[in-house]
Amino acid sequence: MATKLTQSNGAGWAFALPGFGLMVVFIILPFFFAFALSFTNQRLISPNPTAYVGAANYRQLLGVGTITLDPLRDDAGAVQRAADGSPAYPRLREFTRANPDYPQLDGMREWFSFGRGESRTFVLARDVVFMKAIVNTVIFVLVVAPLQGALALGLALLINQRLRGINLFRAIYFMPVVVSIVVVSLLWRFIYSADGGLLNNMLTGLSFGLFTPVDWLGTPSTALGSIIAMSIWQAVGFHMVIWLSGLQTISPTLYEAASIEGATKWQTFRYVTWPGLRNTAVLVLIVITMQAFALFAQIDVMTKGGPLDSTQTIVFQAVDRGYGKQDISGGSAISVILFCIVLTISLIQRYLTRERT
Amino acid sequence: MADVKLRGLRKSFGAVDVIKGVDIDIADGEFVVFVGPSGCGKSTLLRMIAGLEDITGGTLEIDGVVVNDKQPKDRGIAMVFQSYAIFPHMTVRENVAFGLTINGLAKAEKDAKVAEAARILQMEHLLDRRPSQLSGGQRQRVAIGRAIVRDPKVFLFDEPLSNLDAALRMDMRMEIGKLHQSLDATMVYVTHDQVEAMTLADKIVVLRDGLVMQIGAPMELYHNPANLFVAGFLGAPSMNFITVDVQAIEGDLARVSHPALEPIAVAHKGRDIRAGGKAVLGVRPQYLAPVEGPAGMLHGTVALTERLGSETVVDVTLRDGSKIIAAIGEDRVYPTGAGIGLRFDPAQAHLFAVD
Repeated sequence: MATKLTQSNGAGWAFALPGFGLMVVFIILPFFFAFALSFTNQRLISPNPTAYVGAANYRQLLGVGTITLDPLRDDAGAVQRAADGSPAYPRLREFTRANPDYPQLDGMREWFSFGRGESRTFVLARDVVFMKAIVNTVIFVLVVAPLQGALALGLALLINQRLRGINLFRAIYFMPVVVSIVVVSLLWRFIYSADGGLLNNMLTGLSFGLFTPVDWLGTPSTALGSIIAMSIWQAVGFHMVIWLSGLQTISPTLYEAASIEGATKWQTFRYVTWPGLRNTAVLVLIVITMQAFALFAQIDVMTKGGPLDSTQTIVFQAVDRGYGKQDISGGSAISVILFCIVLTISLIQRYLTRERT
Repeated sequence: MADVKLRGLRKSFGAVDVIKGVDIDIADGEFVVFVGPSGCGKSTLLRMIAGLEDITGGTLEIDGVVVNDKQPKDRGIAMVFQSYAIFPHMTVRENVAFGLTINGLAKAEKDAKVAEAARILQMEHLLDRRPSQLSGGQRQRVAIGRAIVRDPKVFLFDEPLSNLDAALRMDMRMEIGKLHQSLDATMVYVTHDQVEAMTLADKIVVLRDGLVMQIGAPMELYHNPANLFVAGFLGAPSMNFITVDVQAIEGDLARVSHPALEPIAVAHKGRDIRAGGKAVLGVRPQYLAPVEGPAGMLHGTVALTERLGSETVVDVTLRDGSKIIAAIGEDRVYPTGAGIGLRFDPAQAHLFAVD
């Protein structure tokens, strides 16, 4: 296809070369490398030659299976119970360790289980940590995308007014964006600290001592929530600015027309502002989703995936595998899986927010 | 339907006075046009009536009620904007019905009102389209439709035709004229286009720098302009002004002279004109007629001829070097540089005091 881009445009390509070259070397090539390496057993440093292993890495990461077990019964046929009264089941190891009847479960571990009647279904995963990482990442995205988007829109509406000193507020809300996420994470580690952390102190003070201090990042039930709250706070200013630019493209005459028609504040938002922000909304949503899927720095600085894998995420796992455990092929496979997830979501978002005629 | 009274209306943006005390009476059912050059405050005045701008001083009455501090929606007005201000994501039907929707009107009643407005504006076939599928004229129709369904006491138009091309503008101008006749509503219309003002208005308000220059029927303003500004603003090409010497005052007439002009007597209408002083003689280009030979009252040479077919516009350089324009109602060629004599009826000339 001969276009203006390919014909007699030597100078243009020459100018583009430095930037284009860097993109090829650092983005495009690594992508294909990751794809290729994910089908091998490549390690970071290894005396053994690299061998093609097919989809073994993917099977290792994504392998899941289920097994439904009946409780153990004694000779009289009564259900055997553990000390706390719950029914006792056969040990899973008997099925997942070299059991010739269950070759598909070999090497798997329990992820979670649910009971129906007396029998109990165990969901097993070959890589439980990675499954937890996927679940955590999805939770993170599902909470952060709507909350951060809505909060940013709220702030944008607030600062999109002609008030004295409004620029000060714009600056304040935008400030966390300018600070490096690593620095922000370090600071919030102090805020969340169990002994003498700012958050615990504040809550204790506000409740007149009734509040019992919590180890926010050290407790599995609060760690992910704490990181979510901090992440929303950190990037909300960035999306506020995008919303603001969207708000300012809406013609003021439309607001005047609405006010003459007698629209209330809510009706004005519903019929004038929100429809005018459609394209901005798509952009903000996609950007937040992408950023949320790439959650890494906060985890690396604040929890390293702990406690009890409650803050494992996909990217953290990719880095941890690839470099921490020197398993380059495993890390590459995780990257490719993340790529597929994000691509799928973008395509779905694009379809849902397509221009309807 | 209602009358509108502006009493000593003033508007300041900080230290800048934009409207400097305006008194206008608009009668019920009247079509009033605010006209003036850019920056004269005509749009601001309209927006003050609409309630989109605060009133700094004076009072504004609509239908006998002072509405200075009322919200736009409580004033019983509808406004048509220059940029149409129709909502891009709604169909024409939704746009027209917008005010009814947000006020929670029942669907049947809403549909009836929209259908009625569409019938008046002949746009039934457009109702299910989106604004992006409409031409400029059609969009303006939608905006007018939205105004009609509100059944307002007063219609406000803010340069509604400025974004349309010339041919469409003429069509829409006639449409608006017809609309006024059929609705019999009070309408206030802002424009900088004097043709719109002359053709549409029952009453024209000429504004300049936030002050009213003259209020009156179009022909009254055209034939009896109160001052130099109004005289120069209305009419195309605009009125010729010649600074003349006043020789004598004889009753209602002033005898004036100029190097290129045979002395004539013109009504001074009690203006501040004194014998021995200067005055400005105004003659519309259309009232100048060419005469053969050395006769005539004004003498000069042809500088440029513009032939428009029905009319020939001649730029004439007078003997003293000043320029005037004559619009001659026939197609004729005047050779550039040739001498020309022009004649006019002194009764159709105006004499103004020097500013």
